[in-house]
Amino acid sequence: MTAPNTAETGASESPLPGNNDAAMPPTPYRAKSRPRVLAETVLPPLVMGSIIASLWYSVSYIVLDERRRFLLRPPHQVVDVGFLDWDNFSEILWGLYSSTRVAMTGLVISILLGFILATLMSQAKVVERALFPFMVTLQAIPILAIVPLISFWFGTGQRSRVVVCVIISLFPIIVNTLFGLQSADRGMHDLFTLHRASRLTRLRKLMFPAAMPAIFAGLRISAGLSVIGAIVGDFFFGLGDVGIGQLLRKYANNLNGEQLLAAVIMSSALGVTVFLIFGWIQNVAIGKWHDTSDSGI
Amino acid sequence: MTASETTTKALSFEDIGMIFPDGTEALQDVSFSVDRGEFVTVVGPSGCGKSTLLKIASGLLQNTSGHVSVDRERIGYVFQDATLLHWRTILSNVELFAELHGIAKNERRRLAQEAIEMVGLDGFEHHYPKSLSGGMKMRASLARTLTLQPPVFLFDEPFGAVDEITREHLNEETQQLFQREGFAGLFITHSISEAVFMSTRVLVMSARPGRIVAEFEVPFEYPRRPELRFEPEFAELSGEVSAQLRGAHS
Repeated sequence: MTAPNTAETGASESPLPGNNDAAMPPTPYRAKSRPRVLAETVLPPLVMGSIIASLWYSVSYIVLDERRRFLLRPPHQVVDVGFLDWDNFSEILWGLYSSTRVAMTGLVISILLGFILATLMSQAKVVERALFPFMVTLQAIPILAIVPLISFWFGTGQRSRVVVCVIISLFPIIVNTLFGLQSADRGMHDLFTLHRASRLTRLRKLMFPAAMPAIFAGLRISAGLSVIGAIVGDFFFGLGDVGIGQLLRKYANNLNGEQLLAAVIMSSALGVTVFLIFGWIQNVAIGKWHDTSDSGI
Repeated sequence: MTASETTTKALSFEDIGMIFPDGTEALQDVSFSVDRGEFVTVVGPSGCGKSTLLKIASGLLQNTSGHVSVDRERIGYVFQDATLLHWRTILSNVELFAELHGIAKNERRRLAQEAIEMVGLDGFEHHYPKSLSGGMKMRASLARTLTLQPPVFLFDEPFGAVDEITREHLNEETQQLFQREGFAGLFITHSISEAVFMSTRVLVMSARPGRIVAEFEVPFEYPRRPELRFEPEFAELSGEVSAQLRGAHS
């Protein structure tokens, strides 16, 4: 770090025109210099990463002997075989592409279904009472337990995989959307009552905007879950388009440790990417008025 | 005030009683009226049913006995909290009521801009509520109600949560708005100095069930200057209200 550590204090103070009670712009008290912020955010995960890598190496080379090294290949071999060998890596990428398509289809269906159900539930307590127990039941089903049923009903193709995604990702959307729709406070509802707003106006101008932060929280959870759903579905149905799940199974069966690890890393990278994308959308959509905690990525 | 007179008043309560479903009696035989150009303040111990009175006036609550007469079409009602929609900018928050009343975009923008200037929030039109102080949020809430040009203006302890200095400023400004707009004002508070400073009339309400136990005419000329608060007549009247209020507490 050669850059001088010049803190930009005072820059946050702006004169406020014509008012006695001053607005407080939400700026930090003391701005840190850029390199320092960078060091503080980048360094810790970097250090942690090297610790993990060295642990990995020591397990591969010290704990495991030559014959059993296939159980955990050292990192550079994973990179060599899994990522740098184009034939192997493109196989993983194609699998990833197929699984992403399934996950996104499932997610879109979940969002539509979840919004409709949550909106209905928010409009009539009866609907909420009728539907909610079944939503919880659906959520509580271990997905593995109904995989056979799903394959009876929907076959073993893409459709079944999408069904698994929907079952896994629907609940967080419904719960969060419903919670959000009910989150507008009493006073705001009174305003709309006072000015005789219709049900639709109330929903459009009060309940939906108030629900946005909760909806996004639900979306981020569900997006991650739908990726898991797509992979789990693919893993079990094992026919049709080759997704990342089938690849994982194939590599495991063939004891292709390097490719297996590369595929695992890529699947988790997909989950992280989806999570980040939704976080970004959230920030663009509501970041201006909603205080999103900076702990989230 | 006799019953025959009240028909011409902007807002009148006749023998209002309110018993909540759980059996709590909040109001008992409350009768008074407010005319245009009058600013009536009700002071009373907390929990005496003052806010309930405003909810009844606005139609948010249905009284269990008695009769209210008021035109609710463009009734102004400022709550204890600013209740700004946090996803809207100040400008668009101030436009809300006009929007709900179906006023065309250009017209409501003009009304909002005018109201924003009236409360001294110009320059903050495009800020979001989260970046405003409590006092400024309250100004925005006032502006939002002003866009309706309400003939009847209800205030439910709107300045209870702001600091003393801001409260005094807001009192002075509210008083100016009252003078300019000439609405029938009904203000709820438990601050005696706030009540005496702004009002043409101060009513004292008893502890639950709320009844009107005393009435004071406030003789001071408008516009009232901030220094009024330190004059002997002001102190004397405040003292009398305070004595009644203390009696109402027991």
